[in-house]
Amino acid sequence: MPSKSYSGQRASWGLKLASVAALLFLHVPILIIFLYTLTPDEQTFTFPLPGITFKWFGVALQRPDLWRALTLSLQVAAVATLAALVLGTLAAAAVYRSNFFGREAISFLLVLPIALPGIVTGIALRTALGTYDISFSYWTIVIGHATFCVVVVYNNVLARFRRMQGSQIEASMDLGANSFQTFRYVVFPNIATALLAGGMLAFALSFDEVIVTTFTAGQQTTLPIWIFSQLSRPRDRPVTNVVAILVVLITFFPIFFAQRLSAQNSDIEGGSK
Amino acid sequence: MLIRVSTYLYQRPKLVLSLLLGPPLIYMVVVYLGSLFNLLVYSFYYLESFTGLIVREFTLSTYAQIFEPANRDIFIRTAGMAMAVTIADALIAFPLAYYIARFSSPRLKTWLIIAVTIPLWSSYLVRVYAWKLILAQEGILSWFIRLIRLDGVLEWLLSFESIGGSSLALSPIGMFIVFAYIWLPYMIIPIQTALERVPNSLLEASSDLGAKPLQTFRTVILPLSFPGVVAGSIFTFSLTLGDFIVPLALGNSKFFIGQAVYSYQGTAGNIPLAAAMTMGPVVIMIIYLLVARRLGAFDAL
Amino acid sequence: MTDQSKPAIQFENVSRHFGAVKAVDHADIEIHDGEFFSLLGPSGSGKTTCLRMIAGFDKPTEGRIYLYGQDVSDLPPFERNVNTVFQDYALFPHMNVGDNIAYGLMVKGVSKPERLKRVDEILDLVQLKGYGDRKPSQLSGGQRQRVALARALINHPKVLLLDEPLGALDLKLRQQMQVELKAIQQRVGITFIFVTHDQEEALTMSDRIALFNQGRIEQVGSPSEIYEHPASAFVAGFVGTSNLISGELAKRVSGKMGTFSIRPEKIHLGSVDVNVSPDSYSADGVVRDVIYLGLYTRYLVQLDGGGEVMVIEQNLKTTSMDVLKIKGQRARLHWKKEHTHEVGG
Repeated sequence: MPSKSYSGQRASWGLKLASVAALLFLHVPILIIFLYTLTPDEQTFTFPLPGITFKWFGVALQRPDLWRALTLSLQVAAVATLAALVLGTLAAAAVYRSNFFGREAISFLLVLPIALPGIVTGIALRTALGTYDISFSYWTIVIGHATFCVVVVYNNVLARFRRMQGSQIEASMDLGANSFQTFRYVVFPNIATALLAGGMLAFALSFDEVIVTTFTAGQQTTLPIWIFSQLSRPRDRPVTNVVAILVVLITFFPIFFAQRLSAQNSDIEGGSK
Repeated sequence: MLIRVSTYLYQRPKLVLSLLLGPPLIYMVVVYLGSLFNLLVYSFYYLESFTGLIVREFTLSTYAQIFEPANRDIFIRTAGMAMAVTIADALIAFPLAYYIARFSSPRLKTWLIIAVTIPLWSSYLVRVYAWKLILAQEGILSWFIRLIRLDGVLEWLLSFESIGGSSLALSPIGMFIVFAYIWLPYMIIPIQTALERVPNSLLEASSDLGAKPLQTFRTVILPLSFPGVVAGSIFTFSLTLGDFIVPLALGNSKFFIGQAVYSYQGTAGNIPLAAAMTMGPVVIMIIYLLVARRLGAFDAL
Repeated sequence: MTDQSKPAIQFENVSRHFGAVKAVDHADIEIHDGEFFSLLGPSGSGKTTCLRMIAGFDKPTEGRIYLYGQDVSDLPPFERNVNTVFQDYALFPHMNVGDNIAYGLMVKGVSKPERLKRVDEILDLVQLKGYGDRKPSQLSGGQRQRVALARALINHPKVLLLDEPLGALDLKLRQQMQVELKAIQQRVGITFIFVTHDQEEALTMSDRIALFNQGRIEQVGSPSEIYEHPASAFVAGFVGTSNLISGELAKRVSGKMGTFSIRPEKIHLGSVDVNVSPDSYSADGVVRDVIYLGLYTRYLVQLDGGGEVMVIEQNLKTTSMDVLKIKGQRARLHWKKEHTHEVGG
């Protein structure tokens, strides 16, 4: 492990040990679920495992309720992401291009749904639905998810706008491109990867969200809701393990690529200077 | 045609601004703030206990209910847990954040940051679920504790009334571990960001002026990274305050705020009381945010 | 369409205010067809704001701007046939050099073969043949500069605006580009409007110069007019170096009250017994400091009765040994009366 720092000092053993311990604490628990997908034990979480079996993956595949939950979660995440992309980009563009009074307030308003505990958003939306007699539907879930997804796209796109060389938009218009052409040929290519990164994060956020969803889903079951019901009243322990792993995998890749994308972009910019 | 629209818009920057800002603002103000405000209004209504119906008349009686001993205990219990979790996370996060910021090569740093941010973004529920497996009586942690022959110590700890319980999963200790685990990434990233901003020249200046490494750490690095700790604590504190998934999943019998709100609005149908109780975390968070801003913690977000 | 008899650019009582700040204050300028015109001034003097208003990025708060007689004050940048070379070049990082240059033609719907042909021609003009496939990040500063120029010129603008385009280049490259830019301007015959804070650059390249100070135009004129006949103390001080004499000293030297400027190279340094011809003024003093600069020597002379004057003399016959001996000695300064300019208060 390279331990030479910029300042040329070496990390002490104590520091390294504490860092490794923190990293293990962050990641080992998830690995334990992987382990448990192989247990033949249906009733308890006995460790060491009494044996090894791969049958639960097959069992999970056969469960129509799981497929329905998965489909619903994917649909909700896709539409919430789309809404977040549009609303977040508009807000970022507005804040970037003008110095209007209250732009701090906009940022604050958008951050609020992730800064306040999820239960606040959840119960507020639930109460509002009750007040106006709106019945639970696919759209009530989407609306709930969009509130906290917008800020993810907003932050990513605004950061990219701020790193974009300022005079590019002026240069484009100066060369005769109208606002729409300027967006298509200059602005969009510049923010495309930020949209991709923000969109993937928003997707992951929505896909495994459970707190707000419990308040806005009614009788519908998303995948996280399905897992949650198993947490309080376990019936299908081994299948739950498989589903948990599925959720981990479905969210891992978008997040991983989004992070790589942001890291790469800052690398490229750093290199060109 | 497009050119005309474009020219028209170019000459009216305020119109463009409102077109851009309109949709997100309308959405957030109408849907989000509107709902929050509606919730605030409900907290001033009350539930007629005899009929079980909500009476839409202004009253402070619902807020008075919060100060009944049972509810007050819930608040104290939750705030205590949030505080303990925040302190524990700060202690666990700092060394790793410090290592990432000061001792890792650029390449390793990228990977370490990814290793920290992936759990931050993903699978909150699955990460709670993992601890259900780990903390189970017949599960891996008990096995490990028996292996290293500390089961006597564990039993002794669980015998305390305030922090103990019938098993690790059902005790506040178990819940504390899960909360600390779940919110840890929210503490690492702001601290790392704050540390990243301490210029090397400052450290060199400090050692040049004769400070030993430990003195430099205490007098320069620690104060300068404190805003990062505060920023991280905003999340760990707020998220613990409002969470109901962890207590429900672990099957704890003593209520926490989130759990209480969940059951008041759900089975009890007492939306006013649930609303009033939610205002607790909201007010605490707003005060917290204001204090944090004065400390300059927002720069580290 | 273009009325050649009208000025290329005309400012009619143009002001631009940002809140309480008067970035440009009642400016009247006329820039002729085919001219190389410089807007010169210290930073914050309003020259860049003027350029941005010509380009269309900013609108005048008051007054009108005409492009060959057409009122363009309210037109967006994409509806006026004016192009800009930006200070930071503003090349599109996601396009290669060829696509950058062809951008203006592309958005106007010029066919691809035509675009390629014209890009080749213009690359030739700016001496970047064969660089079409490179990305801007693979070019040096000077090359990016040429691409920015080519990208603007390919559209045959009526007026080309250059916003401190040489600011980021090192001295050698800068001087080379000054010559090259001037040559290109003469070849294409387009009106160039050049913003700079570098007086030497403005003097070297321009047909005419407008000198800005705090949002106002101090003087408009050819380089020699501005240098030889500065209209104000500010102009005298900003363009080249000048000695200002005023008050009692001015009265003693010239017999008149007022403020006068004399360029240091116009003053001759002689011994105290030298005879001064009747068409010259003179003043005596002590040589306080001598700075030998190879090509010439700079003397600081403390005049009797107050005031310090800088004198520059070419080292035609003298060496550093000779000139350094003068330090501390008394000397008589004299200069032709016609080189003394009254610059007002």
